[in-house]
Amino acid sequence: MNDVGSTFWTTLDQAPALAKRALLGLLPESWAPLAGGLLTVVFVCLFFISIFALLTLVERKALGRIQNRPGPNRTGPGGLLQPLADAIKMLVKEDIVPHRADRVLHFLAPVILVVSALLAFAVLPFGRDLAPVEFDGAILFFFVAGAGTEFAIFLAGWASHNKYSLLSAMRALAQLIAYELPLLLAVVPVVMLAGTLVPQGVVEAQAGYVFGFVPRWHLFEPWGLAAGAVFLVAALAEANRSPFDLPEAESELIAGHLTEYSGFKYALFFMAEYLGMTAMAGMMVTLFLGGWHAPLPFLGFLPSWFWFLAKMLAVLGVFIWVRGTLPRLRMDQLTRFAWKFLLPLSFVNLVAAGLWHYSAAWDLPAAPLLRWVLVFALPAATYVILGRRLAGGLGPRIYHYAT
Amino acid sequence: MFTLLGFVVIAVVLLGSAAFAVTRLNLIHAGLAFALTWLAVGAFYLWAGAEFVGLAQILVYVGAVSMVILFAVLLTQVRSAATSLPINLDDERRLGAGLITAGSAFGLLGAAILTGRPAAPAAPDRSLTAQELGTALMGPHVVALLVIGVLLTAVLIGAVLIAAPTDPEIVEDGP
Repeated sequence: MNDVGSTFWTTLDQAPALAKRALLGLLPESWAPLAGGLLTVVFVCLFFISIFALLTLVERKALGRIQNRPGPNRTGPGGLLQPLADAIKMLVKEDIVPHRADRVLHFLAPVILVVSALLAFAVLPFGRDLAPVEFDGAILFFFVAGAGTEFAIFLAGWASHNKYSLLSAMRALAQLIAYELPLLLAVVPVVMLAGTLVPQGVVEAQAGYVFGFVPRWHLFEPWGLAAGAVFLVAALAEANRSPFDLPEAESELIAGHLTEYSGFKYALFFMAEYLGMTAMAGMMVTLFLGGWHAPLPFLGFLPSWFWFLAKMLAVLGVFIWVRGTLPRLRMDQLTRFAWKFLLPLSFVNLVAAGLWHYSAAWDLPAAPLLRWVLVFALPAATYVILGRRLAGGLGPRIYHYAT
Repeated sequence: MFTLLGFVVIAVVLLGSAAFAVTRLNLIHAGLAFALTWLAVGAFYLWAGAEFVGLAQILVYVGAVSMVILFAVLLTQVRSAATSLPINLDDERRLGAGLITAGSAFGLLGAAILTGRPAAPAAPDRSLTAQELGTALMGPHVVALLVIGVLLTAVLIGAVLIAAPTDPEIVEDGP
């Protein structure tokens, strides 16, 4: 690649940072820290809220195709303006607060929800040197912000003074307690092996390629495969996505905590759900899918933020695909799955990650292969044994029809 | 200047929410205010430069422990769910018991603080990183860590034993 070309790609790679610097140059120097922070916040908010708008359309279209119907196709070319129409509809709808509701908490719930969903974006590394905030413990911060969303769902359900909403609040709590643990335990091996709580450090630990073409992403290491799978399942549960959307469950709880919300507050709930989902996808990319690294060495010239966004959208696509494919779990199945399956699996995976770390120094013939097989066997055997035991005796389900 | 202002704000929120929590008759309101207190404690740790401890405090207490408390309130207050409870100070026995409990807790804590190591080593001018904290916990303080782990496991098993239904008819027989 010639010099002009590589300068162009480097500039493009750092375009967001350069644009920010150029904008800050217009202001007095003493304003720079505050204005820089504000600029980042405004950009991240606007960018991800537009991703949310896009995502609602993509999801409705994709679900439509899965269910063999066209999806929204009347507003604008191919239904492209549907999010705009939805936004206008939500803004002008009447805001109804139930008579016996706890007014303060009823108002606070959507606010807390959106704030905590947006906070999570503060620590995601969107590209090379492109993280809004970097500090020791940033990964922990991400999950702290995520815990706020379930808290807000509880508030919403309880403050509505509606029995369906209250049931939804209890479900949200049980789900949070059950899935927070596997989620964090899936992250622990990543932090252990990367030796850092800074997301950029985790991404840098995944740089490079094996055999020149297989990226060193954590997902392609045996312990990372298991941790990634646990993380994906727990992330779906944390984001209240199908098949773990029990707190809202339209058909059982008439939308649960959303029942007593209307208008703009309702829109905020939806926005927070999609923002939370996007943030989880971004964290999954950071922890397991190599962050902003290109999947193949010769594709490395494309900007780092492009790869991050592409991978994030791919993970979001998986989320939508799962929603279109899997039926909703029952409440007892959900908690049993978390406590009896995901939790032991993640504990065993911790041991596997430790083995991976210490076996790196092995000096045996065929050590890399042996090491891979051994570390893979630990979670895989647990998966098989636990799966057989949990499903044991259930057999094929027999349905009795009225004759 | 800003540092002091931050401390004052955190302290006011912390003490205010704690006072709000103990004076509420509505248990859910009290629990929520308690969560705010824990959040303020986490903010205080962050203010003091202990980022890891502060975030862990918020994650564990606001994210998990307050959830468990709210869950317990919802599950146990079946009849008078979310209505006011008779927590009054007019009952002398109750007042006495409260004073004794609070007094002994304060006394114990105060004695521990006053008689603790008097000459604390000079605070380092930078906060510990999470890695140093982990090495310290897993190295010199590993015995304390293990003892606390065993203790908490025992507490958990005890809680399960108390909560588990003893009537065989209530016990679910599988899915």
